[in-house]
Amino acid sequence: MIGAMTEDSGQSGGRAGVRRPGDSIFRALTTGSGLAIVIAIGLIGIFLLIKAVPSLVADKANFLFSPDFITTDPTNLKFGIRDLFVVTVLSSLVALVIAMPIALGIALFLTHYAPARLSRPFAYIVDLLAAVPSIVFGLWGAQVLGPTLEPFETWLNKVFGWFPLFANGNIPLAGAGTIFTVGVVLAVMLLPIITSVTREVFRQTPVMQIEGALALGATKWEMLRTTVLPFGRSGYIAASMLGLGRALGETVAVLIILHASPKPSGFSLFDGGYTFASKIASAASEFSQPLPTGAYIAAGLVLFVLTFIVNAAARSVAGGKVHK
Amino acid sequence: MKMKRHGAALGIVAAGALLLTACGSDNNTQSGGSTGGSTTTAAGAKPDCGGKKSLKSSGSTAQANAMSRFVSKYNAECDGYNLDYTGNGSGAGINEFLAKQTDFAGSDSALSASKGEVDKAKTRCDGNPAWNLPTVFGPIAITYNIPGVSELALDGPTLAKIFSGQITNWNDAAIKKLNPSASLPDLKIAVVYRSDESGTTDNFQQYLTAAGGGAWTKGAGKVFAGGVGSGGSKNDGVATILKQTSGGIAYVEWSFALNSKLATASIATTEGGTPVKVSAETVGKAIDAAKFKNESGNDLALDLSSIHGSKVAGAYPIVLATYEVVCSKYSDADTGKAVKAFLTVAINDGQTGLDANGYVPLPSKLKDKLSAAVKAIS
Amino acid sequence: MTTTESTLDRPASPPAFQPVSGARKTKNLVATVLVGLAFLVAVVPLVWLLITVVAKGFTALLSADWWTHSLKGVLPEEFTGGVYHAIIGTLLQTLVCALIAVPVGVLAAIYLVEYGRGRLARTTTFMVDILSGVPSIVAALFVFALWIGTFGLGQSAFAVSLSLVLLMLPVVVRSTEEMLRLVPQELREASYALGVPKWKTIVKIVLPTALSGVVTGVMLAMARVMGETAPVLVLVGYSKSINFNIFDGNMTSLPLLIYTELTNPLPAGQLRVWGAALTLIILIMLFNLVATVVSRFSAIKTK
Repeated sequence: MIGAMTEDSGQSGGRAGVRRPGDSIFRALTTGSGLAIVIAIGLIGIFLLIKAVPSLVADKANFLFSPDFITTDPTNLKFGIRDLFVVTVLSSLVALVIAMPIALGIALFLTHYAPARLSRPFAYIVDLLAAVPSIVFGLWGAQVLGPTLEPFETWLNKVFGWFPLFANGNIPLAGAGTIFTVGVVLAVMLLPIITSVTREVFRQTPVMQIEGALALGATKWEMLRTTVLPFGRSGYIAASMLGLGRALGETVAVLIILHASPKPSGFSLFDGGYTFASKIASAASEFSQPLPTGAYIAAGLVLFVLTFIVNAAARSVAGGKVHK
Repeated sequence: MKMKRHGAALGIVAAGALLLTACGSDNNTQSGGSTGGSTTTAAGAKPDCGGKKSLKSSGSTAQANAMSRFVSKYNAECDGYNLDYTGNGSGAGINEFLAKQTDFAGSDSALSASKGEVDKAKTRCDGNPAWNLPTVFGPIAITYNIPGVSELALDGPTLAKIFSGQITNWNDAAIKKLNPSASLPDLKIAVVYRSDESGTTDNFQQYLTAAGGGAWTKGAGKVFAGGVGSGGSKNDGVATILKQTSGGIAYVEWSFALNSKLATASIATTEGGTPVKVSAETVGKAIDAAKFKNESGNDLALDLSSIHGSKVAGAYPIVLATYEVVCSKYSDADTGKAVKAFLTVAINDGQTGLDANGYVPLPSKLKDKLSAAVKAIS
Repeated sequence: MTTTESTLDRPASPPAFQPVSGARKTKNLVATVLVGLAFLVAVVPLVWLLITVVAKGFTALLSADWWTHSLKGVLPEEFTGGVYHAIIGTLLQTLVCALIAVPVGVLAAIYLVEYGRGRLARTTTFMVDILSGVPSIVAALFVFALWIGTFGLGQSAFAVSLSLVLLMLPVVVRSTEEMLRLVPQELREASYALGVPKWKTIVKIVLPTALSGVVTGVMLAMARVMGETAPVLVLVGYSKSINFNIFDGNMTSLPLLIYTELTNPLPAGQLRVWGAALTLIILIMLFNLVATVVSRFSAIKTK
């Protein structure tokens, strides 16, 4: 990275003895700002924990394994995150499975297939997807896409029903307010995120390698397979993990699309239910008493830990290649 | 040079923002005011405008649309006076009222003595009791989606069995008995319920408890307890799912049934009799026969089971009653005067046109009682 | 082909790529088609979405009141009034958020690029990455726990801005960092050689050079937080009238208006939902566009 070269060249040498108050003040300011970010993350964890603990203590169900989430009676809280966890992870994974290959294709298209002059406008078109607010995705998913996907999901359920993921869900398939539909919508929302990072990494492929491969008589695809893809793999995976983090936390779109179910999740893609985020948002207008609110904050804390892990993993995969 | 360019860009943005700021307006009365003005003379009771210029209230979302009607009438009849109503949920509404952040609360349920709300409200009102005034009634429609069936009659026990999963097919004998002439298909019943906490669900389950003839054992509460079907978020989510679900049945606020063009079922009361459709008249009958928790006095908290279990012929019993929770006497006389003026408008001229938004105008007997209570506020 | 040639004429290893065979050509073609298809797949939902939003919402935008009036006093079934209050709310909340996030973000980026070494710098970069993955609902809950739960303050637009700061910070830090690293090292050295202190060099030389990129990053970050719905659901109340006070009272933003009007089943409500959605998309696109223009016309000359 270029950063390695910029290390304090100004302070080395004979000026070390000169005291400049401006310098130390400015240095303190910038360091403080960096520190503020570290502290902010710490505060998020601490405050969520503080507010969650009383409710966790009052919880009459098993927090990790109970499918219930009943908070109407503050003296009899029964909440667990089993179903929230299952639905959150399943829908995000569906989104990732769909979005990853497509995003890879788009990134390759934009960097190596699209005519140079059109590459930028095309990139802008994909980025436009990121400009569409998630609430609009939700409306579209519930009113337009869901009914369109219903016959397809019915077919999947009929033909592959023996496979647990495609087994009968805990809600009727009508309208397709299922984890599967949510996954498809989330996939569309992830496309610009995964694409934009992957695109940048692919652009950094050393030209020498590309030209070398072509000079050896490789077809375009072989060139991509032997130079660009290996070079960009870690960046691509990291970008996908970032996308996963975003999918885990998506709120309003999921809330509008996914149908609720009175039965616990059966690990099917045709289940309904709530994700962590949509459960919290659905109760946002009821945050008036500390104990029930704490139950939702506890769910938020788990979501925070989950995204923390995913993002930390993305970072370790990426090394220094991704900055977005 | 570069700095200048940025300066120019920022300048344009700032100028744009200023322009936007300068031309905005809260004034929409040209259209809203004219309708308000014409009805002023028609109704009898004139409000005694005065007191605090700007009132604050918050709470139940179920009455938010009625409130905006009341406010626009209040604006029209009491020039220069306003009320801000925030639909943030009954719980929040009560809490903000108790914390003196608002002047009165809108709530789907009366203050509860067991939760200590009655005592807290008394403290908030500086020793004077708070009153529950039921001013807005929203019927809950039973809507269904059965291809080819345009008329459907149901009663309490049948509904209780459907929503708890004991009746699972539309050609069930119990439904056939209520609909001798309809050709009911062999179709699975898909229950659609409201998944967020709501007064609608609470009142519907209270109805099932009162009128279900023992078939509903799951109790009441803001969360649907039937254990079957699939849930949608808020009324719009429920309506969307129902439209997509063949064989579906759901309970939604009347306005959603009307505007989403959903088929609504007729309901027979516990006494049997002819099943009736939801309408201002049939619901009004049920409300007028309602009993109060305290038959004397101005605290008009309703005994809801008397509505839900209504034995009146031709009454439609599934209703969501929402209250304004007010202090009987405000320590600040200005606030009291303004609250009184607002509620006077609300229960008189405010009632016109309410049915367009899916509410039922106050029937005359209740209106008299309310007028007396409002007059006693100071 | 092998036996007659001397070892000298033979390549040291066989060529990496054989002459283009039919199979390889087909593979190449298939790859090309798949890649092209992938792009089309991305365009389909976008076009589908935009057409849906435009078709259902554009009539709302045609009235002058839409841009200049609030919804105060407008009855649920009336087609009058506008979303001026929500546009103001969206811009105010975003702007206040930027006022906090930009200085902190830029300073943190300067720290990372110009000063940062050792464990704190490593921790900071790590935490910026973590922060960029914090879901908006978690940021909202945190501010709720802190602002409303602990300090006992009421819901306000400022609380929303605070939670947006958490979402905006990482974007500002990252983009500023990138731009600062692009500033040629020679510029810094020339400045030091003239005896200019380090802080002055950064403020007067490095930052102005990178400014356009920083501005672009900020605009993009603002565009990102504008469409956030989760924080406004938790942290502020809905109001139908104009409110300029971010510390007190309810303030509507476009996402909140959409979410609230969803509960209005009348045709007027549906039109407001889609109209506000279209307005929000236009607003976000404008910010994106300005960002693109700024970066296009004033990119750092790296050579």
